[in-house]
Amino acid sequence: MDIWTFGWTVALIGMGGTLLVLWLLSLLILVLKMAFPYKAEDSASAKG
Amino acid sequence: MESAIVSGLQGLLLGLSHLEWGHVVMILIGSFLLYLGIGKGFEPLLLLPIGFGAILVNIPLAGLMEEEGVLRFFYDTGVLTEIFPILIFLGIGAMTDFQPLLENPKIMLLGAAGQFGIFLTLLLALALGFDKLEAVAIGIIGACDGPTAIYVTSKYAPHLLGAVSVAAYSYMSLVPLIQPPIMRLLTTERERKITMGVVKQPVSKTTKILFPVVVTIAASLVAPLGTPLIGMVMLGNLMKECGVVERLKHASENEITNIVTLLLGLSIGATMEAGKFLRIETLIVLALGLIAIGLDTVMGLLFGKLMCLLTGGKINPLIGAAGISAFPMSARVVQVEGQKYNKKNYLLMHAMSANAGGQIGSIIAAAIMLSVLAGMGIV
Repeated sequence: MDIWTFGWTVALIGMGGTLLVLWLLSLLILVLKMAFPYKAEDSASAKG
Repeated sequence: MESAIVSGLQGLLLGLSHLEWGHVVMILIGSFLLYLGIGKGFEPLLLLPIGFGAILVNIPLAGLMEEEGVLRFFYDTGVLTEIFPILIFLGIGAMTDFQPLLENPKIMLLGAAGQFGIFLTLLLALALGFDKLEAVAIGIIGACDGPTAIYVTSKYAPHLLGAVSVAAYSYMSLVPLIQPPIMRLLTTERERKITMGVVKQPVSKTTKILFPVVVTIAASLVAPLGTPLIGMVMLGNLMKECGVVERLKHASENEITNIVTLLLGLSIGATMEAGKFLRIETLIVLALGLIAIGLDTVMGLLFGKLMCLLTGGKINPLIGAAGISAFPMSARVVQVEGQKYNKKNYLLMHAMSANAGGQIGSIIAAAIMLSVLAGMGIV
């Protein structure tokens, strides 16, 4: 494989992949927040 | 008797008689790193042992990096095996608070844009004649994340470890000087004045505990070769958030991190032998490292401008500059720049979200790059 095929492949998949994975992680965070919403007891138990 | 005394005295001059100009230059470079760490306060925890290691390894006949030399032992045991950077990640995870990111997850995307410099620099390195794996190691300076850079470089281009590490840590500490001119160049005064308001979305303890587990599983399934990196960061974070292993958390963020930082710094300094370091190649790596961090900032800002456009001006593009991994320094730079143009603007928490995203983004970018290389059969 020549260096430019290598370089552009790594660059495009790398940038696209990083963006995609972080987007997926942000969605997972939203799902977690919806599934386990904050309740006042959280802070109370943290203090207690 | 006289000849014995002369021979004995000659022994005392052996080191001096073997001193070459390259050693002197490297001792000066090591001393300069000490000055940056002690005098200027730039990443002292790393630059001090790196600088001292560079001095030690350039003392003629000391043999610290030869077989059975003490620095060689540290290097072989901790760097070649990748144990040191991985343990550092454990400490980073135990010290990092991802709360701002959990409060405002969409900002995480800026942490991806802030890594694009890695890949653009890889292309530049290839254009300058570096081979594929060297280009990968040079590009990774753009992760703006020392342990990631060390992990990747020690694996694929160990001969560049000294230059890459020095570049990564030096430029990371120079973020307050590197980023502001780029921020001013790429944003308008109107954009810099955008107020983002306060984000207050409390996060439950369960979410904070599940976050590291979910991220580890999801990210590792996509990029398995990055599992040691993301896994250790998230293990550290899990110990921090679960609240039931205080001793382990304390050890990770203190004793383990401190000991490993010292040995890692010395080991990196030990790679800076005159014969290996004083090359044009090193200067090019240092220059490309600076370009990498500049490109990260550029791409983060441009992505910030895009998000500003898509949200109808609700996002201040300056926070895009914090999408790099230099945490929390980059977020502070954004806060300072934002307040120069609007005294009532508090961008810190938003920038911290982007910055935490950058920390995860840098590891994900490295993991994806390694997995792509494996997929291509290059590693």
